[in-house]
Amino acid sequence: MLRYSLKRLLQGLVTVFLIATATFFAMHSVPGDPLAGDKALTERIRANLEAKYGLDQPLMTQYGIFLGNLVQGDFGISYTQENRRVNDIIREHFPVSATLGILAVAFAGLGGVLWGALTALYRNRWPDMAIMLAVILGISVPSFVFAALGQLLLVQVNGWLGFSLLPVAGWGTVAHMLIPSLVLGLGTMAYLTRLMRSSMLEIVGSDFVRTAKSKGLSASRIFTHHQLRNAILPVVTVLGPAIAAIATGGFVVEMVFAIPGLGRYFVQAVQQLDYTVIMGTTVFYGAFLVFMVIVVDLLYGWIDPRVRLE
Amino acid sequence: MTEAAFTADDFQPAAAAHSAQAASRPSLSYWQDAWIRLKANRRALSSLYLVIGLLLFTLIGPLIWTVDPSLQDLEQISQPPGADRNAVVVAPHSPWNGVARQPLGGGLGLAEPPTTQSVRLAWEPLPDAAGYRLYRNLFPYEPGQPLGLPLFATFNADRRHFEDRLDLKPRTYHYSVAGLDAQGEVTGAVRSLEVAVARVVTAQDAQDIGLVADAGQLSPGDRIKLRAHPLGTDYLGRDLLARLMAGARVSLFIGIAAPLLFIAFGVIYGAAAGFLGGLADQALMRFSDFVVALPFLLFMILLRVASGVQPGESGITPMVLAMVLLSWPAAARLVRGQILQIREEGYVSAARLLGGSAPYLVLRHMIPNTLGVILVTMTFAVPTAIFTEAFLSFIGMGVAPPTPSWGSMCNEGIKTMLTTPHELIFPALFISVTVLAFNLLGDGLRDALDARMRSAE
Amino acid sequence: MSLTVAQASDRRGDAAFNRSAARQLGLFGLATLIGLAALMWGLNLLASLTATAGGAPPAVDAANNAITVMLAEEPPQLDSTRATDQVSGLVLGHVMEGLLRYDQRGELAPGVAEHWRIDETGATFRLRADARWSDGQPITAHDFVFAWRLGLDPANASQYAFILYPIKNGEAVNQGRLPLTELGARAVDARTLEVAFERPIAFFDKLTAFATYLPVREDFYRAAEGRYGAGADQLLYSGPFAITSWVHGQSLQLDRNPHYWDQARVRLDRISVGYITSDPNTRLNLFKDEKIVMTGLTAENLNSALEQRWRIHRFMDGSIFYLEFNHREGRPTRNLNFRKALALAQDSGELVYKVTKAPGYLPGESLFPRFLDGVHGKFRDEHPARVRQMDLRAARAHLRQARQELGLDEFPPLVLLAGDNPVSNVQTEYFQAVFKRNLGLDIKIDRQIFKQRLAKMTAGDFDLVLAGWGPDYNDPLTFGDLFASWNLNNRGRYASAAYDRQVRIAQGAMDAPTRMAAFAEMQRIIHEDVVIIPNYERGVAYVTHPRVKGIVRRVVGADTDYTYAWIDP
Repeated sequence: MLRYSLKRLLQGLVTVFLIATATFFAMHSVPGDPLAGDKALTERIRANLEAKYGLDQPLMTQYGIFLGNLVQGDFGISYTQENRRVNDIIREHFPVSATLGILAVAFAGLGGVLWGALTALYRNRWPDMAIMLAVILGISVPSFVFAALGQLLLVQVNGWLGFSLLPVAGWGTVAHMLIPSLVLGLGTMAYLTRLMRSSMLEIVGSDFVRTAKSKGLSASRIFTHHQLRNAILPVVTVLGPAIAAIATGGFVVEMVFAIPGLGRYFVQAVQQLDYTVIMGTTVFYGAFLVFMVIVVDLLYGWIDPRVRLE
Repeated sequence: MTEAAFTADDFQPAAAAHSAQAASRPSLSYWQDAWIRLKANRRALSSLYLVIGLLLFTLIGPLIWTVDPSLQDLEQISQPPGADRNAVVVAPHSPWNGVARQPLGGGLGLAEPPTTQSVRLAWEPLPDAAGYRLYRNLFPYEPGQPLGLPLFATFNADRRHFEDRLDLKPRTYHYSVAGLDAQGEVTGAVRSLEVAVARVVTAQDAQDIGLVADAGQLSPGDRIKLRAHPLGTDYLGRDLLARLMAGARVSLFIGIAAPLLFIAFGVIYGAAAGFLGGLADQALMRFSDFVVALPFLLFMILLRVASGVQPGESGITPMVLAMVLLSWPAAARLVRGQILQIREEGYVSAARLLGGSAPYLVLRHMIPNTLGVILVTMTFAVPTAIFTEAFLSFIGMGVAPPTPSWGSMCNEGIKTMLTTPHELIFPALFISVTVLAFNLLGDGLRDALDARMRSAE
Repeated sequence: MSLTVAQASDRRGDAAFNRSAARQLGLFGLATLIGLAALMWGLNLLASLTATAGGAPPAVDAANNAITVMLAEEPPQLDSTRATDQVSGLVLGHVMEGLLRYDQRGELAPGVAEHWRIDETGATFRLRADARWSDGQPITAHDFVFAWRLGLDPANASQYAFILYPIKNGEAVNQGRLPLTELGARAVDARTLEVAFERPIAFFDKLTAFATYLPVREDFYRAAEGRYGAGADQLLYSGPFAITSWVHGQSLQLDRNPHYWDQARVRLDRISVGYITSDPNTRLNLFKDEKIVMTGLTAENLNSALEQRWRIHRFMDGSIFYLEFNHREGRPTRNLNFRKALALAQDSGELVYKVTKAPGYLPGESLFPRFLDGVHGKFRDEHPARVRQMDLRAARAHLRQARQELGLDEFPPLVLLAGDNPVSNVQTEYFQAVFKRNLGLDIKIDRQIFKQRLAKMTAGDFDLVLAGWGPDYNDPLTFGDLFASWNLNNRGRYASAAYDRQVRIAQGAMDAPTRMAAFAEMQRIIHEDVVIIPNYERGVAYVTHPRVKGIVRRVVGADTDYTYAWIDP
């Protein structure tokens, strides 16, 4: 187990190195001028700026410097916010994205399991129909439409009530997190509900459930210990990719709800060709995802004893 | 000792007996069987029809509804479906010197009949006014209520006329003129006027949008019916139905071409890895692990910017390439797993014993046996690709204008969500229906093609 | 028979099982809810470590005499020597004050300088004794000298260094040819600042209100170790407000600066920037929810604002937008007849009133916007711009002529370079259709993100480009010198000796009539040479909270200015 974990960790580090390399060269092949501003630069000022960011060095030297700094965990200084370090930007804004993501995953995971189990229990009756209709909407409507509609609905509700039930946008309290994370988790929740439902239905008809029933076990025990527990397994397998999707898919929600997350910074950085922020964010997210996948794999081996880690 | 007597007959071969086993039902190939099962699944079948319908809409639609999707009908900007289309022909707009051609009423009055081309207003002096500010509103003037959108302000008390041309629609407006004191504050004296604007079009514009062959055929005062737009128009007066068809070509092309390509690549890659095995397999799969680890959306954006869209290009090709570059590992892994499994099957060993070459084994046995899984994966990849396109267009990193796509149309429509919802609803509806159809079709195919993957429904 | 009984009992059993399972599920649901609540509580705790807890206050908080506003983006740079953008300018306008400032009517007013004297060779500023930094120390002449040297220091690489060039040796210092100490600005004593000019300049007083001229205190700057302006604590304030908290990307809090000298003019105690978003729908929703006191309107949400019966204001922000031609060798746009054909084939009135539909925009007529002052009144009233009316017949005649002059059978497709913002998207698609329909010309749209567009503009990689320009100071020269052949911002490389001559006159002359005549001549050359096709002058329609009065919008200087605002009781 320990050896396996170490091996995976080592592989993860190699992957992160490769991601950093890919990002660096993708970034430097982008046409355009990261130093350009509304006002044209004189040659002297341009030369000074290039020296400041090391752009005057040959590409391979820049790459070497970049890797050297990366090993020390230093991503450099932002181009657009010249007095902020990229490390500070990540440190300040990633927790926001992560909070939003954790809540969204929690909503999606727990909601998916509960709704899925419910639909399986009431198969082809009205709760099933109603939830499945919602699931269809959740799967087929783009997230930016949901985000815009969600905000509009909030404004209307606040208007009818005459006071602010939930804030329309912004960040800072639980109330700010509720609707954005719901919107962010909605698609995944719908997907998981469907998965849970078919997984439940498969298990309801399986032999071990029938055996358990004929043994005379209590209904609640059969339900929780035999049905739910086994039905959840396939849901857990897709949770890893789901976390990945949610962690990097927060741009739209962050933009619409004015949330100071890292995703919004990334989009802005790309539009501004802020090399250091783009590279820092991508490498950071890459590393984060690599290790999340490792953790989920290890967790899965722990939850499901049938899976033996090689 | 008696000896058995054999006759020559005894040494005749026995007549062929009727076989003890017979196929009681006609023999069905894998695909026939799958088709029968798919047909039995009502949901999958209707989604299949839906997909066919969408393809027809995309391919045949433009042959039936032959409106040019880039034709700008500036007389009918952001029209909802089924709006009134009557218009009167007028002379082209010419600058106005402020002289009234018709008598003014008391206070604020119209210098000429109000049209969607221009509303020409003039007013009598207001008491104690050092200047004036003119407003336009959707509601009648009520004291104490805001006067509406300020169109014009002047501190010249003799300047008492104004021509409004801003986005005039054939509806009723309420204009108000308020007197200003020397500090620019409203004095309280207000005159207001209700104006019902008539829709007009110039002969040249009528020719430009193809209503008449030659502008000379029309003379001012003629009545004319503007172009019909069954689903309304967008922010530049372009026909939404034609745009949706053109957008379908882009969105469905990306949605289908990208999965097709990355799955084809994944299949080759995965088959190679699975078949070669050993170190080559290890190396190939490590590389695919690396690609999987790249944050998808971040790299989509990065590659989109890095590839740089050239002038006049739509940017579809770079987007498809980026998708292929980042999405193939899933298919490769899947195929590799399948191949590893199939390699151990008896019929493959038999074929190998009989001297089948490696390419023969792969092409004849392995790939056909994984086709079902591949097809299902592909069907599920389509909605993802369509969503990705829509998402990229939403953050302004999608296809370049003027190429329409459903995603970019949604992006435009979301801005006018409140005033002209049809510009958002239609493209969003098409995205949703397509995504749903492919999802349900994928479910049906999975159930029909692969017993092992069959869901419990 | 027995089978059906068994089935029935099975079904009964199922029903019982389902009831029990549903109860179980309900329990799980409850547990989930509690779990989620706990999770959110935990996250809230965590979030409060990185953010100000409590979220943003309402738009108007009369009890605390505070208002809440939003910003379009995070201020990228609050180091005044390097700030270049409008949002940073807005924030700096609230927390900083230089020698002079603009008042609520947009007129120059004394700031840190009590009185001053400007002549052809230089200027002397006398600083007021009670002008203090937010830590209570007096603002001295040395703080200005330090800031200006910093702005020109090649190592600091400020993009706005050029605005300090009127100071003697400014350009030489910036190019590293002279040491910083050679700059023609000197602190005679703590309260007297002496400036020598490179050459006579008519509008130096207006320049001193610009952000790059703001003071910076040396000891504080050095102590910040390269992070000056990065956070609330890394900045020293000389203006009516001070930043007391800054959560990046989320909020800023500006509180009244108790050491500011002119307390009488400041009526609010606090301005909270509660939201940072550029999404117009989000902003409108925030305003509707009474979370912010002001928001701009777009063409799309104008009707919503009217239906809500909000009070709408309008303001011209002084920037102009135009189609710029590439005048480089080898481009068809170098041909005058070709440019005339394009100019005559389009109608900026149609563009503004029907296509962009933005409330407040005016059709473009000149390089010089309407707000600029002339000798007595407004420059544009004294020198009305000549305007080309759309004339297809003339346009096509010019096009034929251009074709002959260039020896072309067919024009190659023209590349129209543009940014990727919504307004320029609409514009490019409109121009593409217009030039195709009216002249049969093919236009290739080249939509690029900001930095790629600038790189292509600098490289001359375009035929036409959608460009714009906003004023740095309140003098026509800020627009006029744009097309001087030596100006690096002249991306189309228009070069005309006659035009250059007029720019030199406007730069060197001190008397208004001579200068205005020069600008009028520039306006005529731009029109006759069709250097650009003016598209529009930008205006803004915006709505304000009915209880908040005295919000100042201005063309030059911090826009929007809340320092004069108050809450109506």
